[in-house]
Formats: sequence, structure tokens, C-alpha cells
Amino acid sequence: MTKSPNPPGYMVRDRARHPKALTPSYKTSVVRSPERAMIAFPTSIGENTGPVFGHEMIGPNDNDLVINWAEPGQMALGPRIIVRGRVLDEHGNGVAGALLEFWQANAGGRYRHKKESYLAPLDPNFGGYGRTITDENGGYEFRTVQPGPYPWPNGMNDWRPAHIHFSLFGHAFAQRLITQMYFDGDPMIWQCPIVDTIDSKEAINSLVATLDMSQALPMDARVYTFDLVLRGQRQTFFENRWEGL
Amino acid sequence: MDHKAPKFKESPSQTAGPYVHIGCTPNFSGIGKVWAEDLGARMKTGPVQGTEIEIRGIVYDGTGTPLRDAMVEIWQADAAGLFPSPGETRGDADPNFTGWGRAASHMDTGEFYFDTVKPGRVPFHDGRLQAPHISVWIVARGINVGLQTRIYFDDEEDANAEDPVLSALEHKVRLPTLIAKSQGKNSYRFNIRLQGEGETIFFDV
Repeated sequence: MTKSPNPPGYMVRDRARHPKALTPSYKTSVVRSPERAMIAFPTSIGENTGPVFGHEMIGPNDNDLVINWAEPGQMALGPRIIVRGRVLDEHGNGVAGALLEFWQANAGGRYRHKKESYLAPLDPNFGGYGRTITDENGGYEFRTVQPGPYPWPNGMNDWRPAHIHFSLFGHAFAQRLITQMYFDGDPMIWQCPIVDTIDSKEAINSLVATLDMSQALPMDARVYTFDLVLRGQRQTFFENRWEGL
Repeated sequence: MDHKAPKFKESPSQTAGPYVHIGCTPNFSGIGKVWAEDLGARMKTGPVQGTEIEIRGIVYDGTGTPLRDAMVEIWQADAAGLFPSPGETRGDADPNFTGWGRAASHMDTGEFYFDTVKPGRVPFHDGRLQAPHISVWIVARGINVGLQTRIYFDDEEDANAEDPVLSALEHKVRLPTLIAKSQGKNSYRFNIRLQGEGETIFFDV
């Protein structure tokens, strides 16, 4: 046995808590889901490292979707909210310097995208995207308008619950994650084929932001709290060499 | 020994959906206004060391139809086998190379494209050298959890033969799905098949 000079690798992803690849009620997954078993091996330096994003690249309005796409002096239409929380690892430590990118529909449930065909109108002052980098404690926040629910082509009557998409970079490519945030109390969460790709109700609830009126900005915006968890590192430096391989 | 389970569980994945471009490649999708350049659009910030290469490919679904809404990201070492990351303790990577690229599939043809460098060899977790390779992460509508694979190179036969990941594969017949094919002039093709005949090997790593 030799001791590796490398930092410890990442804990194995708990696949039971993630959606399966094939989830027929979400129809698009049927031809986009691999059928063969994934091949597992331990992370090494290529997975234990990842790109670094500096605070200096973030513009002053990158995390304010109410104004970052609006004409000067204008603002996006809709219920104003601040989304804030922390990015943690599986040990509960805040992940500093994590890049969060987020995108969403406008308050009417319409995305600003050339392939979007829902009849709800665009908001000329809303682009629907932003980004931020976590502080030294893993904290983040951004201001936006609450997105609307919208119908989508799956079943004839499938609606997405109001949601915000999140893309996350931690410290390692092994932690790369895209997910969605839902809003506490939305009855559409429990009727959504995409939410339903997750088997565990507890896991679904971990994607539901909670309203925190104690933090609301007076006469401006309510606050939703949403924490995210990225994979954590193993805590031992020992690595077994595979003799004979 | 401490056998405690982790205190927190990784947030479950949800599909990137059809509109991933809005948040990740807004300039590509024609709605750029907040920042000037999409992240990951340029992997070179100046003259780079090593062999400059391009990689082109298409992600196909189980019917053989190209995905026109996929987003592909790559992460790799520089030409000397060093990562431009604080986790790299073996030396300083090429300062003009980011190691990370992000490409949206072309909205008509489905082709993705990276302008990068041929990576050097890096050690596996146990110290054995791996063949030159690039880590790949694929998301799209209909993909519930981002798919991980690797790009190896068809002109690295000796290194590929001793690579710890490739040499441990039971079904060698599937190995070519991980090998980018040289098209000459430092251009490689790496197509990805999500399902069915020739399904790409995906990793749980």
C-alpha cells in the first residue's frame, strides 16, 4: 500500500436520492436515458479539481434580475422576491467561492428563449437570468420576481410548478450540479412529472424554498430561503493501491 | 473508526431543461445583455503551451436524432498535465489556459465545438498514470442527472493501453465510444450516443 500525495477524493454520489435516468412520465427521458450501467471508479485529480471563478467577474447587477435586463429606470413585472441561502457540502461546511447561475420564466410563466412557444407574453424588462458567487461562509442571495407556472408539452395538461433553475460549481468538477428550486405551498409541485422523477419525498422537499417574512425587505421584496448541498470529500488520505492491476 | 453517515445529503438533480441557454449561454442564445461573454466560451486567454486541438461532436438520442438543446462542459489538464485549479499541488498550470469549456449544441445541427489543447497525462488516485483525457459533463432536456464521460484520443494507443480506467473495462467492445477520432490537422471528432447501439460509456465518478 502506498499513501497518495493527492487530497482525498469525493464521496460516492448517492444515486438513490437523484432521479433515475429513465422516468417515462417525463417523456423526453425515454430516448435520452442510457440503458447500460454506469462504470464507477474513484475520483482522482481531474475530478477533485475544477475551474475557479473570481468575485471580480461578477457585475453589480448580475444578481438582480429585477433590473439587470430592464431599460434604464424600468423594472421587471411581478412579485418581488429575494432568494438567499447557503451552499454547503455534505459535511455541513459552507462552500466559499461557489458559482451559482440561475434562470427562470417571467411572472407570467414565459421564458425568453427562441424555442419557447407558450402564449403568455414576454416582459420587455425581464431577461430571466443572473449569477453570483458565494461568500466565505457559502452564503448567496439574489433578487428577482417570482416566476409563474406554465403548461408544457408532455401530457396534455402538465404544468410546471413555479421554479428557478440553478447551476452550481463548487471546488471540484465532481460536484457539478444542476437542479431546480420550488416554492413552499405550491400545489403544482406534487403534480409535476419532472419533480416526480425524484422518488424520495424528503429529497423533493430539500428543493422547496421556504418563505422567511422576518427577513423581508420592507415595501420591497419577500425573502425565500434555499440551501443547496454539494458532494463532500472523503475524510481519509489513505488510498489502497490495486496490486496486480 | 468513524462510520457516521454524512450530515447532509447532496441536493437532488433536476433536468437542465430546454432553456438551459438562458442561464448558462445567454449570449449564444441571443439574449446577452447582462455580461459580455458566455462563461467557458474561451479556454485560451493568450498563447498556450502544447498542441492546440479542436473537438467537434454531436450528442445523439436513442433514435439517432441529434440533440439540438444539449450543453456540454469539459474539464482537463493543460499540455503538461497540470490543472489550473487551487487543488493542483504539483506545479503551476499554463496561465493562459482555463482548462474548462462550455458549449451549447448548435440549435440546427446539434454540433458542439471546443477549441482547446491536447492534455498531458495525469495520475489516477493510486498514482498510476492515466492516458491523456478530458472529463465531460452533458446536460439537456430529458437528462435527469448530468452525464459524465471521458474523451480519450485515438493517436495515444500506448497510453490508452495502460490507462487504469480503460484497461479495467470488462466490455472492451464498448471502449471505442470513449475515443475521439482524429480528422487530421489537430481536429478530433467525439460523438456521444445516449442510448442503444454504440451507447457511450458513462461514469459514476
